[in-house]
Amino acid sequence: MNETTDRLLQRPSKESWFSRFQVVALAAITLVAIIGKFYLPRLIPNTEWLELPLLLTVYFGLMRRSQLAALFFGAFVGLAEDSLSPANLPIGMYGITKTLVGYFAASVSLKLNVERRGLRPALCFFFYFFHAFFYWIMRRALLAQIVPFDLQENFVHGILNALVAIPLFAILDRMKLPGANTPHIRDVKWH
Amino acid sequence: MEALLSRFRTLTVLLIVVVAQLLYLAYQVKTNRDERLIRVWAVSAVTPMAGIVEAVRQNTIGFLQDYFILLDVREQNRKLKANNDHLRMENVYYRNQLSTAEHARALILFQAQSPSKTVAARVIGNSTVATAKAVFIDRGSTSGIEKGMAVVTPEGIVGKVAAVYPLVSQVLLVTDPTFKVGVESQKGHVHGVLDCGSGKCVVEQIQNEDKVDAGEWFFTSGEDRIFPKGFPVGTAVSVAPGEGMKDVKLNLSGAPGGADEVLVVLHGVHQAIPSAPVVDETAAKMLPPPPPDAPGDSAPAAKPQTEADKIVQKYDALGKEEGHVYGAVGSGIPNFNLKTGAEPKPAAPAAVPPQGAASETPAAKPAVPASQPDLNSGPVLPLGAPRRKPATAPAPSPKRPAAQPQPPPQQ
Repeated sequence: MNETTDRLLQRPSKESWFSRFQVVALAAITLVAIIGKFYLPRLIPNTEWLELPLLLTVYFGLMRRSQLAALFFGAFVGLAEDSLSPANLPIGMYGITKTLVGYFAASVSLKLNVERRGLRPALCFFFYFFHAFFYWIMRRALLAQIVPFDLQENFVHGILNALVAIPLFAILDRMKLPGANTPHIRDVKWH
Repeated sequence: MEALLSRFRTLTVLLIVVVAQLLYLAYQVKTNRDERLIRVWAVSAVTPMAGIVEAVRQNTIGFLQDYFILLDVREQNRKLKANNDHLRMENVYYRNQLSTAEHARALILFQAQSPSKTVAARVIGNSTVATAKAVFIDRGSTSGIEKGMAVVTPEGIVGKVAAVYPLVSQVLLVTDPTFKVGVESQKGHVHGVLDCGSGKCVVEQIQNEDKVDAGEWFFTSGEDRIFPKGFPVGTAVSVAPGEGMKDVKLNLSGAPGGADEVLVVLHGVHQAIPSAPVVDETAAKMLPPPPPDAPGDSAPAAKPQTEADKIVQKYDALGKEEGHVYGAVGSGIPNFNLKTGAEPKPAAPAAVPPQGAASETPAAKPAVPASQPDLNSGPVLPLGAPRRKPATAPAPSPKRPAAQPQPPPQQ
């Protein structure tokens, strides 16, 4: 084997993960998640609490383990959601929130072993709560819109989203092509 | 500096991205301008898919259920539901808008007969913001819809058009925290502002001195310049005095979040608020309660209907006459052979008193003519027991009227 072949075989694991988690599939899933949030409440009543785009952002941040990629992905998903939000809400509210969520999710994945069972749902719950609270703060502070923040309701919705995240993340894990090794904490270069 | 930036590269990028979005957001708020291009692209990209999904869902799942699972039951149910909705819309429209008009048939008729010019639309999707209440409808600027137009159903108000795109529009629902509606009460014409921001709808800006009753209807006042005056909004479920202002909680008559078909008011016409109370279609129709019974009306109800009733009545009369209380301790046994004055007039031989006792109480038989035999004489027999024939059959009198009732056949 020559030098070029060796270099190709020694790619960092996170890049191999991303290459295996097809970009097209990721784009399609993102689109489905955003459309799902747009359309699902019509199809199944009382599912407004389901934050598929957020869960996807968290998953991407946790598994990609790149803060830059995760923050840009979060910004993209958030801005896409913003563009479908009511016209009285300016574009950028979800963008900022999900940018931070993506960045923090990737940061957490660099410090903790997110492969552990139970940690990912807990992180989903935390990020849902953070997302809802930060969005509420921004709406109140930047737009001067007095919107109620129901702590109990958000708590329950956070738990529900964490429960949904378990099978969803399992499905997304299985979508990796055979042979793709999820990078472990020891493989990741610490920043 | 360069070294610092490279060291905190990701943090720097994060700050740049967040600040860029903040500036963009501030620009939108400052100029109060909606970024139409981005929204048009996004909505145009998503709504066709939502429409396709809806069509596929209706055609595929509906087909399977119609023909393989429930056969024609589902179809019948759908027709009945449609019929029911149709009739409900007719009734609400009839009572609220045209108290003397003919029944409207459906949304089309409602639309056609309403003084306001409207266009029907179907709800095809929700907003992506969970806390903001907004839906998308399948009518846009090509149907003449403009931003700010009111959206209603025959049951009540729904919201207003917040954004218009070529083929779809976004409707901000009245339940959105930022939405306020000018309302007016039906009886006292008290004006207020409807706010559903806290999850429950309340009517604000009503002074404590103003008179509003629980259950009173509220209609749009037209002061918000969105809804024409006279559209039903809902009923007051609770009214309580507050600090300076009344605390009026309202129950919306329409279902802004659950409406599938809505009407967009293209050209609103203010109407008078109906004086007649709006009838709740969901409540079952009931007759008014019967008038209270007069004291003397209880007698016909006590008229014995069966042989057993007559016996019970006779024993009750006996008990009263002898001062006996049935079932009381130490009350003894009453004399059941005593002839009572309150004995009911017998219609059948089963309840006749003994012949000997009859002569002792002549007042008990004042209606029996002297020429007639005493057919009521005889012992009290149980129901169905063989009756003894009278000893002497009465000879038919020539003076007896033709309409004289014949005695009942003896067993």
